[in-house]
Amino acid sequence: MSVDIQTLSVRYGATRALDGVTLTAKPGEVLAVLGPNGSGKSSLVKAIAGLVRYTGQIVLAGSATRDSIGYMPQDTATRAALTVLEAVLLGRLGQLGLRVKPADVELARQVLTELDIAALAGRYLGELSGGQRQLVFLAQALAAEPKILLLDEPISALDIRHQLEVMEVVRRLTHERVLTTLVILHDLNIAARFADQAVLFHGGKVVGLGAPADIIDALRLAQVFGVEAAFSTTPDGRLVVTPVRPCRSPKAL
Amino acid sequence: MHHVGSDEGAISALYTSLADRRRAVLLFGVCALFMSLLVDVATGPALLPITAVVGSVLRLAKDPTVDAIVWTIRLPTAFVAIAVGAALGLSGGIMQTILNNPLASSYTLGVSAGAGFGAALVIVLGVVVPLPEAWAIPVMSFLFAGLACAGVYGIGSLRGASPEMLVLGGIALLFLFQALLALLQFAASPEALQQIVFWLFGSLQKATWAKLWIISIVLGGAFPLLLVDAWRLTALKLGDDRARGLGVDVARLRLRAFAIISALTGVAVAFVGTIGFVGLVAPHIARMLVGEDQRGLLPASAVCGALLLSLASIASKSVLPGAIVPIGIVTSLIGVPFFVWLVTRSRRAFW
Ligand SMILES: Nc1ncnc2c1ncn2[C@@H]1O[C@H](COP(=O)(O)OP(=O)(O)OP(=O)(O)O)[C@@H](O)[C@H]1O
Ligand SMILES: [Mg+2]
Repeated sequence: MSVDIQTLSVRYGATRALDGVTLTAKPGEVLAVLGPNGSGKSSLVKAIAGLVRYTGQIVLAGSATRDSIGYMPQDTATRAALTVLEAVLLGRLGQLGLRVKPADVELARQVLTELDIAALAGRYLGELSGGQRQLVFLAQALAAEPKILLLDEPISALDIRHQLEVMEVVRRLTHERVLTTLVILHDLNIAARFADQAVLFHGGKVVGLGAPADIIDALRLAQVFGVEAAFSTTPDGRLVVTPVRPCRSPKAL
Repeated sequence: MHHVGSDEGAISALYTSLADRRRAVLLFGVCALFMSLLVDVATGPALLPITAVVGSVLRLAKDPTVDAIVWTIRLPTAFVAIAVGAALGLSGGIMQTILNNPLASSYTLGVSAGAGFGAALVIVLGVVVPLPEAWAIPVMSFLFAGLACAGVYGIGSLRGASPEMLVLGGIALLFLFQALLALLQFAASPEALQQIVFWLFGSLQKATWAKLWIISIVLGGAFPLLLVDAWRLTALKLGDDRARGLGVDVARLRLRAFAIISALTGVAVAFVGTIGFVGLVAPHIARMLVGEDQRGLLPASAVCGALLLSLASIASKSVLPGAIVPIGIVTSLIGVPFFVWLVTRSRRAFW
């Protein structure tokens, strides 16, 4: 089920976070959402998740309801006296009754195992490391068995191995279960490697949309991020971007 | 990532153990409550042997004096202590959950102060509602508890009903009602002043079966309504945005919760006066025992509150020989050291 977005604008008071954004996320594809800090990435997924007010249109094609969205927030800090297992079960909020069905516990187990954090199940959220907590909130989003997966920087606190593992899981689930996945990322190489499509934001506007390798180029990196980058290709043909130095300050395209 | 970190059954065993712990805590609490109830009934100016109490309660022994003491005075008082404690503990638990704040309770956020002002109005200005004074005071304090709740919600909603704004609204109302109350006390005759002060101390001595029924009905109505929302309330503890991300209509949930808090606090304060400590502390004790899962936390808060007030009731009759110290004084005097001890030795910090 695709997510069709047309002339989407989000404002917070006087701040224009998104300004006339039009794009489509297709089922079975990982869409990487890229852009500098404050460019409107989180606002985009929050608008889709129904967390902020917006103007324009967001159409979830097919039989999508609120329950078909799995959303993982950027901020995962919490001290709630909940165990990891309870937090993951909360991902299935729509299905939970006073008595939790064994099937729901089993699903939580599968997700925890998939993300390799089953050993943390009995720990309290406030007693986890930042990266561990990030994995827990990813597990919570996956536990919803979503059709639309919205991940706001799911790997920003993870070590290099977990980054690869998590992105691999996200890609596999997206392809296997034909999910429509939007992942906000800062690591362009990870985006180039794991995403099918990418969208680049700058000042609340879309300044690039297409295959990751096509939209990540020297000009855009200079103009959007204000960074001079070196480009190379691995033996198996993957694009590798190495930021070299900040160049002049970024300016609007 | 297909290396399995723990065996298949471990997670469901963990879930079962969490559920078992909730049940064990509740069961233990209810048993303790039962014992406390018996001791409470036995304690008083005329100390009754527990066997006589049990005999009278079960209608086994027919001793008219004992029956009179037990059935007309002690039992309603003891049960009202439990019911009021449960209502205060429960409302404090909900308040801390929906405001995501460890200092939230009906007392700290002005709801009890509102109720107290309502009662003082009747005492000073005479009967303002067409009811006998014995009922006018509870009715007015119930109404003012509701008014205070609406006020907290109203002020908080001026800027999006965020937990922080609601807490600020509550603090503002606390000061407002305290000032209004002080004004009434300033204007009151010496007799009225004494009556107000005594009412504010909190007392179980006016307990009757009728009042017990009313409190029980409110409690019995609140519980199922809350349990329906249990998971949504638990989600709220992750913060407003995350709860909304999970599909919770946060504003509606808060409004429902506030209505229930208003009824619970109103009915509790109306009949026994302002009792401060229980609503704040009972949820903390419950949280240490069962965690934040509201299916466990809400009943456990109620049981802890009930137990605290029941024990306080026993203490209020035992600390000064021949006198009954107002319950509101005893709860804090005995509760505070206990609470400090509990908090400082607990390993986990949940806030
Ligand atoms: N709650 C808010 N109130 C006011 N302004 C906000 C709010 N949230 C975001 N903004 C502003 O909106 C703009 C876009 O923010 P957004 O969070 O979407 O950026 P982002 O691309 O996710 O950035 P980052 O990479 O730092 O997470 C920024 O200028 C930000 O300051
Ligand atoms: Mg962001």
